[in-house]
Amino acid sequence: MKFITISRRDDIPRNRIVLIRILAILLSIAFAGIVIMALGYNPLAVFRQMIKGALGGKIRLQQTALKAVPLIITTMGIIVAFKMKFWNIGGEGQIMMGAMAASFVALNYSHLPKTLLLILMALASIVAGGLWAFIPAIFKAKLGTNETIFTLMLNYIAIKFVTFLQYGPWKDPTSQGYPKVPDFTAKAILPNVFGVHIGWIIAIILVIVTYIFINHTKKGYEVTVVGESVDTARYAGINIQSVIIVTMLISGGMCGLTGMIQASAIEKTLTASLSANYGFSAITTAWLSRLNAVAAFFVCICFAILLQGGASLQITMNIPAAVADMIQGIILFFVLGSEFFLQYKVGFRKRLAKEEA
Amino acid sequence: MEPVKAIEMKGISKAFGSVMANENVSLTVYNGEIHALLGENGAGKSTLMNMLSGIYTPDSGFISIQGEQVQFTSPKDSIALGIGMIHQHFKLVDVMTAKENIMLGDKRSFFTKSSDLTKEIRAICDKYGLDIDPDKKVYEMSVGEKQTLEIIKVLYRGAKILIMDEPTAVLTPQEIARLFQIMRSMKQQGCAIVIITHKLGEVMEISDRVTVLRKGRSLDTVNTGEVDMNTLIEMMVGKAVDMEINKEKVADKQKLLEVDNLTVENAEHKNVLEEISFTLYGGEILGVAGVAGSGQKEICEAIAGLTPVKKGRIFFEGENIIGKSPRDIIKKGIRMGFIPEDRLGMGLVGNMDITDNVMLKDYHMQRGIFLNRAESAEKAERIVEKLDILTPSVRNYPVKKLSGGNIQKVLLGREIDSEPKVLITAYPVRGLDIGASHKIYDLLNEQKIQGVGVLFIGEDLDVLMHLCDRVMVFCGGKVMGTVEPDSVSKEEIGLMMAGEKIS
Repeated sequence: MKFITISRRDDIPRNRIVLIRILAILLSIAFAGIVIMALGYNPLAVFRQMIKGALGGKIRLQQTALKAVPLIITTMGIIVAFKMKFWNIGGEGQIMMGAMAASFVALNYSHLPKTLLLILMALASIVAGGLWAFIPAIFKAKLGTNETIFTLMLNYIAIKFVTFLQYGPWKDPTSQGYPKVPDFTAKAILPNVFGVHIGWIIAIILVIVTYIFINHTKKGYEVTVVGESVDTARYAGINIQSVIIVTMLISGGMCGLTGMIQASAIEKTLTASLSANYGFSAITTAWLSRLNAVAAFFVCICFAILLQGGASLQITMNIPAAVADMIQGIILFFVLGSEFFLQYKVGFRKRLAKEEA
Repeated sequence: MEPVKAIEMKGISKAFGSVMANENVSLTVYNGEIHALLGENGAGKSTLMNMLSGIYTPDSGFISIQGEQVQFTSPKDSIALGIGMIHQHFKLVDVMTAKENIMLGDKRSFFTKSSDLTKEIRAICDKYGLDIDPDKKVYEMSVGEKQTLEIIKVLYRGAKILIMDEPTAVLTPQEIARLFQIMRSMKQQGCAIVIITHKLGEVMEISDRVTVLRKGRSLDTVNTGEVDMNTLIEMMVGKAVDMEINKEKVADKQKLLEVDNLTVENAEHKNVLEEISFTLYGGEILGVAGVAGSGQKEICEAIAGLTPVKKGRIFFEGENIIGKSPRDIIKKGIRMGFIPEDRLGMGLVGNMDITDNVMLKDYHMQRGIFLNRAESAEKAERIVEKLDILTPSVRNYPVKKLSGGNIQKVLLGREIDSEPKVLITAYPVRGLDIGASHKIYDLLNEQKIQGVGVLFIGEDLDVLMHLCDRVMVFCGGKVMGTVEPDSVSKEEIGLMMAGEKIS
C-alpha cells in the first residue's frame, strides 16, 4: 500500500512559490557541493571560482554577455513558437541556416558599404531561418505532421549542409587544404558598443518586441488562442494555418538572426559548430521563464553566468569540462524539478481512523 | 434481518487545494438497491464516486465494502472488491468486437479461450436479461448497445456494485426504458446500483432511495417513495425554484435563415448531413432534438462557415452565405455558442481571463495591429453584471477556475452582447443545475422576444418541448420531421429520434 499521495494544486500562495524556488536552488547547490567533494575538489572554492569566472572583472563580464546574447534571441524565437504549442526543437538548424545565409551575403557582397552589408546579412539570416522553420510549419498546417521530430531532423540537415559547404564549395582556397570557410572582411563584422558587439542591443529590443507582440497585438493574441485550443480558434474564425505559418516565420527568423550574430561577431566566419547548442539551451530557458519574454531575459543571463562560470573552472582550476557540465545539470535538474512541487502537492497519508465501535 | 451494506462511506472529506470538494459526506447503499446520488453541478457527486472507484483517495473518513473496511490506492483495488464504474463517456475500443473489449484489461489469465468467453458472456446476459452480439464491432453499435457492453464488461469482472455516471444522457426515451429494465433486473439479482444524475424524473422513476449532496456535503438520504420532486429540488438547490419555463409567442416573425437541401460530408466522404432543409424565423426558438452525434455539431458548423458544404444553400436575410469565411458570417450577426462535452473546448480559452475571452470574436474588428483591452474589459464587466457571473475579477482570473454555470454564462453572455440576429446555441445548459439552467432559458427567451432567431440544440426532451416553438428532430444526419411540441408526445419524438418518420 502506498503512503504518498500526490494531488494537483489549484492555487498556491505567492510566498510559497518563492520559498519552493529558493529551496530548490539551495538544494541544488548543496547537492552539487557533495558531488564536487566526492570528486576531490573543495566545493566552496569551486563555487567562488564559478562566480568570479562569470562576473569578476570587465573581460569576464563581457564573456558572459557574449553568451547571453545569442541565448536571449534564440529564446525569444522559441517562446513565440511554444506559445502556440508548436514544439520547435529546430532552433539549432534555424541558427545554422541563418548563419549560412548571412555568410553568403558577407562573402559575396563585401564591396557594399558596411551598414548596408550588415543589414543585408541580417535580413538574409532572418529569411533563411524563417524558411527553415516554414518547412515544418507548412507541413503541420496542411497535413498535421508532428513538428517535434520534423524540426529535430532539420537540425542535422542544416548542420551537415554547412559542413558540406565548409569542406566543398565554400572552402577557403588560401587555407592550405584546411577545411574552413574564408574569414569575413572587417566590413561584415558587427561593431562593438561598450566593449560588447551590438547584438546585446538587438537582444534587448527583441525582448521588448516579443513581449509586446505576445501580450498586446492581435496576432499575438491569435497565437495564444491557437496554442490554448485549436478548436476555440477555429470557432472564433481564426485562420489557423496562416497563424501557424506566420508564427513560425517569426520564430525561425529570430533563431536565424542569432546565427548571423554568431557568425559575424563571434566566429567571424561560418563554422558547423557555431550554433553551440543555443537552440537546445533556449528550450530550457523558455520553459524556465514560463514563456514570459521579460522573465526569459533574466533567466538567460543566469544561464549564461552558469555557462561562463563553468567554462572558467576548466581554465583556472583545471577541473574537467564534464564536472562543469554536471554542476549545470544538477542545478537545472533541481530548478526544473521544483516546478513539479509548484503544481502538485505531495503528502504522506495518515492512517485512517477506525470507526469507533 | 438487516440487509448487508454494500457500500458504507462515513465522514469522507476531500480537498483540492483550498476547495473542499467533499466535506464529511456519508453514504450507505444496500445490496439489492438502486440508490440515486442527486446534486447540482459541483456538489461533489463525481468526487465521491471517484473515491469509491479508487481514482482519488479521501483525506479523511472511511469506506466499507460489504461490511469490510477498505483503503483503495488504485482503481484496481476497487475492481477487485467488485465495484464497477460505468462512465458517461464510454471507454471502449471502436475497432474491436464486444468480446475483445470485454477481455481488455482482464488480468485473470494470460490466455483466454474465445469460446469459453462467449459462453461466459452469454451466461451473464441470461442472468441479467441483457442482449449483445459478442462478435459485433463497437463502431457498428448503437449508443444503447455500447452502454450494454459497458455494463457487461463490469459484470464480467465480477462487479456486484455498479456506479453509473449520468447513464441516460445519450439515450433516447426508449433506450432509457430498456436501461431501467436492466437496472431493475440487476437489482433483483442482488446488485447494488448507484446512479448519478440530475434529472429528477429519472430519480423518481428508478431509485429506491436518494442521497442529496449540496456544496460538498451530504444533506440527507430519503426514501424515494416518500418525497416529491419539489422537495428534492429544494434539498438540492437550498430554496424553492420556479420550474416553469416560459414560452411567449412572438407575433411578428420574419424569415431569417433558410437552409436549403444541405448536404455535408465528413473526412471519410460519408454524409453526416443529408439534404437538410428548414427555416428559422426571427422571434422563435427552433429546437433540435436527436441522440448525440446525429448531425447537431455539423449543422452548427455548416451555418457558421466552419465546414465545407457539399451541396445545398444557406440563405441569411436572402443572401447565400455558403463559401463565406467564418469571420464574415460572424460580422453578419450569426453567432454560435457550442458547449462541447468538456465545456471549454470550443468557445472559450480556459487559461485566459474573461476580458480576453470576451474579445475572442470581435478583436479582429479593432483597428491597427495592437489590441485594445479596455473596451473588452468594459464589455466583460457589463456581461458579468447582467448575468450575475460570480468571479473575483474580469482580469487575470482564468475562466477555467469559474464554476461550470458561470463559464457557460460567459460564453452565452458574449454571444448575446454582440446583439446577434441569429443565435445558435448547442447544449447551453450542459451539466448545469436547475437554477442556472433556468437563468439560461430566461436569457434565450429574452433574445427571442427581441426578435432574434434562436436555434437551440438540446439534450433533454422535456426542456426542448417546454422551451421551443418548434422542434426539429435529427437522426443520422437527416431531418425526420419538425413538430409543434403541443401537438406531439415525448414518445413520438423519441421514435423520430430513433429513425422513424412521422408525417
